Amino acid sequence: MAEFIQIIVSGLAAGSIYALAAVGFTLLWQASQTINFAQGEFVMLPAFFVLVGMTVFGLPLWPSVALALALSLLILGVAFKRLIVEPMLPHGTLPLVIATISLGLLMKESVKEFYGATAQPFPAIFPQTVYEIAGASVSMQDIGNLVVSMLAIGSLQLFLNRTRTGRCMQASAQNPAVAEILGVNVKRMVLYTFLINAGLATVASVLISPIYLAKFSNGETLGLVAFIAAIVGGFNQIRGALVGGLLIGVIDNLSAVYISAQYRSAMPLLLLIAIILLRPQGLLGTSEGRTV
Amino acid sequence: MIRKLITTTAMVLALGAMPALAELKVGSIVELSGPGAAAGTNFRDGVKMGFEEINAQGGILKEPVKVLEYDSQTDPQVSRAMVQKGIDDGIYAIMGTVFSSSTVVNMLVARQAGIPQFTGSEAPSIVAMKNPYIFRTAFGSQKGVPKLAKYMSETMGLKKVGVAWANTEFGKGGHKAFVDAMKAANIEIVVDVPSEQAQADFSADVLKLKGSTAEAFFIYYTEEESARFLREARKQGLNKPLLGETTLIGHKVIELAGDAANGAMGHVGLTPDADIPAVKEMVERFKTKFKYTPDHNAIKGYTAAWTLKYVTEMVGKPDSKAIAEKLHGLKLTAKEHPGVLMDMSWDDTGEMSRESFVVKVENGKQVVQAVLPPN
Amino acid sequence: MIRLKPFLLLLGIAALVAAPIGQGNYIVYTLASWLIFSITAMGLNLTLGYAGQVSLAQAAFMGIGAYITALMTLNGIHWGLAVIVSIAASFAVGLLLGYPALRVQHHFLAFVTLAFNTLLFLVLRNEEEITGGSFGLVGMPRPSFFGITTDSNIAFYYFTLVCFVVSASAMWWILRSPWGRAFRALRENPIRAESLGLKVRRQTLLAFAIGSAFGGLAGALQAPLVQFIEPSSFALIHSLKILLMVVVGGSGFFFGPMLGAAVVILLPELLRFTEGYYLIIYSTLVIVLMVFSPTGLIGAGKKLAERFRPKHEARRDLKQGVQL
Repeated sequence: MAEFIQIIVSGLAAGSIYALAAVGFTLLWQASQTINFAQGEFVMLPAFFVLVGMTVFGLPLWPSVALALALSLLILGVAFKRLIVEPMLPHGTLPLVIATISLGLLMKESVKEFYGATAQPFPAIFPQTVYEIAGASVSMQDIGNLVVSMLAIGSLQLFLNRTRTGRCMQASAQNPAVAEILGVNVKRMVLYTFLINAGLATVASVLISPIYLAKFSNGETLGLVAFIAAIVGGFNQIRGALVGGLLIGVIDNLSAVYISAQYRSAMPLLLLIAIILLRPQGLLGTSEGRTV
Repeated sequence: MIRKLITTTAMVLALGAMPALAELKVGSIVELSGPGAAAGTNFRDGVKMGFEEINAQGGILKEPVKVLEYDSQTDPQVSRAMVQKGIDDGIYAIMGTVFSSSTVVNMLVARQAGIPQFTGSEAPSIVAMKNPYIFRTAFGSQKGVPKLAKYMSETMGLKKVGVAWANTEFGKGGHKAFVDAMKAANIEIVVDVPSEQAQADFSADVLKLKGSTAEAFFIYYTEEESARFLREARKQGLNKPLLGETTLIGHKVIELAGDAANGAMGHVGLTPDADIPAVKEMVERFKTKFKYTPDHNAIKGYTAAWTLKYVTEMVGKPDSKAIAEKLHGLKLTAKEHPGVLMDMSWDDTGEMSRESFVVKVENGKQVVQAVLPPN
Repeated sequence: MIRLKPFLLLLGIAALVAAPIGQGNYIVYTLASWLIFSITAMGLNLTLGYAGQVSLAQAAFMGIGAYITALMTLNGIHWGLAVIVSIAASFAVGLLLGYPALRVQHHFLAFVTLAFNTLLFLVLRNEEEITGGSFGLVGMPRPSFFGITTDSNIAFYYFTLVCFVVSASAMWWILRSPWGRAFRALRENPIRAESLGLKVRRQTLLAFAIGSAFGGLAGALQAPLVQFIEPSSFALIHSLKILLMVVVGGSGFFFGPMLGAAVVILLPELLRFTEGYYLIIYSTLVIVLMVFSPTGLIGAGKKLAERFRPKHEARRDLKQGVQL
């Protein structure tokens, strides 16, 4: 039993990070039909901004995080939208997919060239306490990751549903033409989406780097897992990404212990295929009116 | 578009027509991008520093050495192309690669051309292919692991152990060597946990080890995975002895894992933390030059460069074939040949031997427990 | 213009025949790699550029071909038989994979193939009794025909060239056939095409399977070229690389994949003088190209040509890239 609880807790803690990254996929897909193949790198990069703040400018942890957030909003939010997504949108998804693949490569290689190829230790943001709960070891870090990501996703959901700006963003995503006629500044709404994605990526980056350690290649697996989580949960629902992320985290751990460690990464993929064949809109998704 | 094809072809043609230079040329073919980049960059920088020092001291046979660097991209297909390019460029010896998948391919080509190759790979299969042109810079895991196994059975008196390893060509080599060594030492393996390449979440792996009846565990991951594993092991309170190789208790792991590394033990063939003045000085020079702490791959590259110098000068001319012949059965002592840092010798398969240590991490420092003679 | 084409084609083939003469092994080997990647990219171009489906498993199909060929030739079976099995197996797997995926929504083939590529990697790595696991398979013999061996790099290059010309002609024929023409109709206006009696789904499925079979052929050539295969040579990242080739060259253009493959294989070489920075420069160039010319290099070339010769009207069917 203790073993099972351990698996679930660890799975949820890991899954909450996948969920944060997966929400980003969903947001960008809704706002601009962008599949961002650099999403994993979006989560990898802010940790290095923090490290630059700490080692190069000698700032303490939290001001460095603030610096990282500002840089992420600027580079991963505004610049990414203005310089890459916006000019390419009229040409369909495929060139954009290629551009984001290249962007991921660019980010990885730049970090490797300018910061270093080896992993870097990253300061913990939560105390290193470990609690024994029903025989399972639960660290403050696990609880912190879970709580912070739930809060982030929860407040995002509230923001989108309860505020005027949030609703305008949803309207712009669902039907840009009509939203424009109704006086919504669609361009600005889309920009907000990109900023939120950059912000979430920074949060995810600061949360995972103490465990994953900061390394240029961290985004590779993370991006793929988050992508799978987003499809499994439903590409057009934020809570879908949340459920997808947590589910993948738990399934990964369960299959490593009870099925086969060698095939642990096969289970999420099999789930993905099953979902596509049986419930293509995802677990919590609603079927899309248009076939793009 | 056909014109484009022709222009491309023309470009290719132009590339082939590079002028030959008179100086000695050595190819450094390593993983500078892709999954092997961290290891490859270290190896490359070690080679670079080695030859810069050699050139500063008058080169090989009074000729300056030019190092041509090639990126294998951690892709055997590209790696093979790079070896071929190096040979076309007129190199007389090859430094690299670190990942054995690329080394295996490079060996085929280097053999046809008769060019000696100093590899950083530790996979057992490399020297089992009867290739007369391959030379290790660190002994293979089939040699290192039995040394440790002997220590585990004789000094520690273990009966039941578990093994956790990275399911890559690197981890697979260590795993196989360990399983064979345990069979020979009559120790039972009660739990066997493979992990994915660059895995980040080790909770399930630690959980499985924790639930077993093993008295100690053999941990075979790369440095970063080791650090993540050690932290998770500390968190879940896995308090049985953890044993491994350089990659479990190296400097980088201690830096990354912090307190969690304390208590881990390992068998170390080559380490920047070795208590040997020559190694310590080399590490200091490396740090000043490249602004980071080298790992064992950098030392492999460095000693490979100096080995080539010594052997070439013994032969008296940069004759690739003669150098390969000379290396078989050769012993280089650190006393006469300071560049090798520690005594090294090669057998007729290209396998090498060197003294090694069993060390334990205490308070974030490596403490030598035993010195194991070369085997 | 039309008259000129056969002449240009012959000139192109002559250039390919002449290319390796007097070159070092490296150039010859790289040219052979380029031809092999052109074959697989050509296959993906059929799926992508003509049938409008994104496949993220082209490297997996190469893997199927390479492993089948490696295992058969290592056991003494002639390459000629191995390649047929390789192509057939890739075609069959393509059908099996595409049939359910194309039943559901449009862009789901991309997701299913993405999952398939990673699953295949796991199987190749874990079932080591058969595949050799992460150590891979080494030492595949290069084939010989009627007593002529292809052991030397230059002989193997010509052998690859023959395979390349055969598959390019096959592709040409496919696209010229009434069946191939249907794709253009499909791409221009799917609804109209369907109303005229075209079975869109069957058509797309076959295109995907044929595209996959080209991947199988490329794999069957890659195994004896490199003489070493391992699971990570066919990982997802390589599928993305092939996708990059097709789009960078210009998807939906006949010569797009060949140009794209040349760029992806040769550009790192041309940028080598920049040392560690070449991947940074390379990826920046790809982003810039995509921003300014989403139809790839051939699209960009055409745009430029039109600017200088505005009298020619561009062919509408070649103008449009694919949309996911």
